[in-house]
Amino acid sequence: MTRFLARRLLNYVVLLGLASFLTFTLTSMTFSPLDSLLERNPRPPQAVIDAKAAELNLDKPIPVRYGDWVAGAVRGDFGTTVGGQPVTDELWRRIGVSLRLVIIGSIVGTFLGVVAGAWGAVRQYRLSDRVITTLALLTLSAPTFVIANLLILAALNVNSFLGLQVFEYTGETSSDAVGGGWNQFVDRLQHLVLPTFTLALGAIAGFSRYQRNAMLDVLSQDFIRTARAKGLTRRRALFKHGLRTALIPMATLFAYGVGGLFTGAVFVEKIFGWHGIGEWFVQGIGSQDTNIVVAITVFTGVTVLLAGLLSDVLYAALDPRVRVS
Amino acid sequence: MTVSAPQEFVSRRTLVWRRFLRNRAAVLSLFVLAALFIGCYALPPLLPYSHTDLDYYALQQPPSTTHWFGTNALGQDLLAQTLRGMQKSMLIGVCVAFLSTAIAATVGAVAGYFGAWRSAALMWIVDLLLVVPSFLLIAIVTPRTRESGTILWLILLLSAFSWMISARIVRGMTMSLREREFVTAARYMGVSNRRIIVRHILPNVASILIIDTALNVGLAVLAETSLSFLGFGVQPPDVSLGTLIADGTRSVTTFPWVFLFPAGVLVLIVFCANLVGDGLRDALDPGVRPARRKRNSHR
Repeated sequence: MTRFLARRLLNYVVLLGLASFLTFTLTSMTFSPLDSLLERNPRPPQAVIDAKAAELNLDKPIPVRYGDWVAGAVRGDFGTTVGGQPVTDELWRRIGVSLRLVIIGSIVGTFLGVVAGAWGAVRQYRLSDRVITTLALLTLSAPTFVIANLLILAALNVNSFLGLQVFEYTGETSSDAVGGGWNQFVDRLQHLVLPTFTLALGAIAGFSRYQRNAMLDVLSQDFIRTARAKGLTRRRALFKHGLRTALIPMATLFAYGVGGLFTGAVFVEKIFGWHGIGEWFVQGIGSQDTNIVVAITVFTGVTVLLAGLLSDVLYAALDPRVRVS
Repeated sequence: MTVSAPQEFVSRRTLVWRRFLRNRAAVLSLFVLAALFIGCYALPPLLPYSHTDLDYYALQQPPSTTHWFGTNALGQDLLAQTLRGMQKSMLIGVCVAFLSTAIAATVGAVAGYFGAWRSAALMWIVDLLLVVPSFLLIAIVTPRTRESGTILWLILLLSAFSWMISARIVRGMTMSLREREFVTAARYMGVSNRRIIVRHILPNVASILIIDTALNVGLAVLAETSLSFLGFGVQPPDVSLGTLIADGTRSVTTFPWVFLFPAGVLVLIVFCANLVGDGLRDALDPGVRPARRKRNSHR
């Protein structure tokens, strides 16, 4: 197991290095970070532009620049933005914001999705199953930015109906949230509900579909009938023998899901005005900033790989066959 | 599979087609999709407004008899704009679906059939592309392409990043097909590898490829509109459903129709594409799910 994980990890590190190299080369070739200076009117003197170019190492060839970047990145220093601020500090701050957004949504989404899918499989072709399946497909057909806006519209109606500002849909906190810890907490909660729900909905829909299929496969297997035949209650046979087996493929899906979650977070952050990684990425491309974009690539790469590793471990925990061999 | 009258020979194609027709939701979706596709190309010439015309007497107006979908802040007719957006989004969706499935079939079949170093190298590329944040890379490149080429670039880039998982599936299926007798027989008869792949392997994975293409249409439309929503896809002055929804988002709480119409059309397209994909899956491999309404027949 340890050997297996170590080999996996090494493979991941190599992939991560290549991913960062590709992104770095591509951004360095396509971005022209001096545009913000050149397009200024009146145009700044040439000396200023040259100084900026030298500061950003634009005079060196790209492989050398990548070498410099790696030397810094290994020590945890991701360089500076075009504006001159250190990338690393901002990266950590924004990771915090994004994680606050993503973690609850993904946990709630995975859990509810698995429950909905398993329930639908047990009640196959009944009304409840049909409703869940159709709603899941409809949700999967709607991109995150449509769901987010529909939720905002719905929340607006609820707010105006109740005459109270129950749901907030801009930012992480209100600037006027004063008072004790309780008020702060409620204020954060009000801001958290809609974005979290937006992310969770997509996850619920995706997981429920796969879980339903996996559960259906398992339910038609012989060992469920055997379990029932030896006198287990229906509930016990379904949960202990059925659901546990049907969860195994979900472990792999979870790893792919994490990548999608961060893409979803880009839209949620943009629409709800959270200053997280996703929003920064859009800004980074707008300001043609190589260091920001590559730092975000590394971050998303690391999260996807960690999720992959986690799903390997989960797989081993759920599937005894992996542990034995 | 029960064919009640053995004297009547039914080809697999007919069987599949019959099973598909029995699925009312899928058939209806196929009709809706076809109508939308034809409509978005046929309708614009018949409208009094083109998508670029500005009606200064109707700025930010809700839906009315002259402007069925209402107008935006510039006085552009939203129906004409939505149709124009549909043209781009659906064209990109269909092209990407076919292209990415073609790549998946080629890579998967080659890797699975030859195995050894080809398989290792190709699967390593698959791993790499899965790790590289494809969304980021496409977003970096497209805003820098020139107007006319943007759509083509989008199609190429989106296809280049959406074939990996299907390729893995095709590889797995090919690996088991390679061991089957008819492939061995063909090999001993001296049939070339290329011909074996084209004539014997690919037809046997065709069902998965068809399903994959149908489901990829929805995914590709979603990917394109997502990029366009952020400003990294179709570039102004051209419009796609994504850029229209992005415009609508700014005024969603005050002028909701600017958002609701393009968003509704987008969800309808993707929903229908998914239903058709599901219908094809049920028709092509009925073994996955037990026969319909099994429960009812017992009552």
